[in-house]
Amino acid sequence: MADSSTIMGLHQEEEHHPELLHHFAEAGQQRDAASLGMWVFLATEVMFFGGMFCAYLVYRHWYFGDFGAASKSIDATLGATNTAVLICSSLTVVLAVWAAQTARRALLIGMLVFTMLFGLAFLGIKSKEYYDKFEEHHVPGASFNFDHVPVPGHPGEYANPRHAEIFFSLYFVMTGLHALHMIIGLGIFTGLLVMAWKGRFTPEYHTPVEIGGLYWHFVDIVWIYLFPLLYLIDRHP
Amino acid sequence: MTGHESAKSPLKMYFAVWAALLMFTFITYKVAFIELGPFNAVVALVIATLKATLVALFFMHVWHAGERLIKVVVGGVVFFLLLLLTLTMADYLTRPWS
Repeated sequence: MADSSTIMGLHQEEEHHPELLHHFAEAGQQRDAASLGMWVFLATEVMFFGGMFCAYLVYRHWYFGDFGAASKSIDATLGATNTAVLICSSLTVVLAVWAAQTARRALLIGMLVFTMLFGLAFLGIKSKEYYDKFEEHHVPGASFNFDHVPVPGHPGEYANPRHAEIFFSLYFVMTGLHALHMIIGLGIFTGLLVMAWKGRFTPEYHTPVEIGGLYWHFVDIVWIYLFPLLYLIDRHP
Repeated sequence: MTGHESAKSPLKMYFAVWAALLMFTFITYKVAFIELGPFNAVVALVIATLKATLVALFFMHVWHAGERLIKVVVGGVVFFLLLLLTLTMADYLTRPWS
C-alpha cells in the first residue's frame, strides 16, 4: 500500500513526456532499448533466412548446372528492377525517420506513403514473375515441366527436371517468405502512417518509425542477397 | 538523438548511399552477363555484401549507434551466420565420394 502510493506520488510530482514509460530514466534510454530489442528480433530473422540460404548453397553445389539452367529461366530484368525499387524504398524510409527526428510531419507522411507505394510496386512486379512461372509450368508440383532445357556452358546436355524442381522450390519458398515479410512491412507502415497522421511523433518520441524502419531495411538486405543468388547465376552466354 | 544528428544534416550521406546502392545494382546486373568463370559468383556475392553493409551501417544507423550493445548484436549475427554457412560447406565441399 505504502509502495503504490509512493509510486503514485512520484508520478504526480515528476513532469515527463507522456510516451516515456516509468521503468526508463529518459527518452534516449527508452529508444536504445527499443532498437536493441528490434535488433535481437532481426538476429532471429537472419538465422531463419540463413537456414534457407544454407540449403540453397548445398543444392547449388550438388546440382550446379541444373540450378544454372533453372535460374536462367527467370526474368533477371524484373529482378533488377525490383532491387532498384527496394533500394528507393529504403531511401524513403531513412528520410521518414529523419523527418520524424526534425518534426517535419508533412514530409514524414509523404515518405511513409512513398515507401508503401514502392513496396506495392515490388509486390506487383513479383506477382508478374510468379504468373510467368505458372504459365511456363515451372511451379513445383504435378504439372511441373522442365524437359529439354540446356545446361549453360555444356552444349548438348539437358538439365535434370527433378533437380531444377528443387531450385524452383527454393525460389518460391525464399521469395515467398520475403514477400510475406514485405506484406507484414506494409501493415506496419500503415500503422505508422495512422500514428503520423494523428501527430503522435515528435523529435523526443518517434521510436515506432525507427524500429519499423529497421525492419524494412532488413527485408531489403534479404533481397540484396536473393537477387544475385536466384537471378544472376550463370547468366553469361 | 545522442548528439550525432545535431551538428549537420545527414541527408547528403543518405542520398550518397542510395546512389551507391543503385550503382552497385547496375554493376552486378551487367557483370552477370560477362563470362568470368567461377569469379561471377565471387563478384556477385562481394557486391551483395558491400550493399548489405552500406544499408546496415548507414540506413540502419549501426555506424552511429549510441548503444554499444547494438554493435555487439550485429557482430554476433554475422558471426553465427558465417558459422552456419562455413561449417556446413566445409563438410559438403570436402566429400570426394559424392
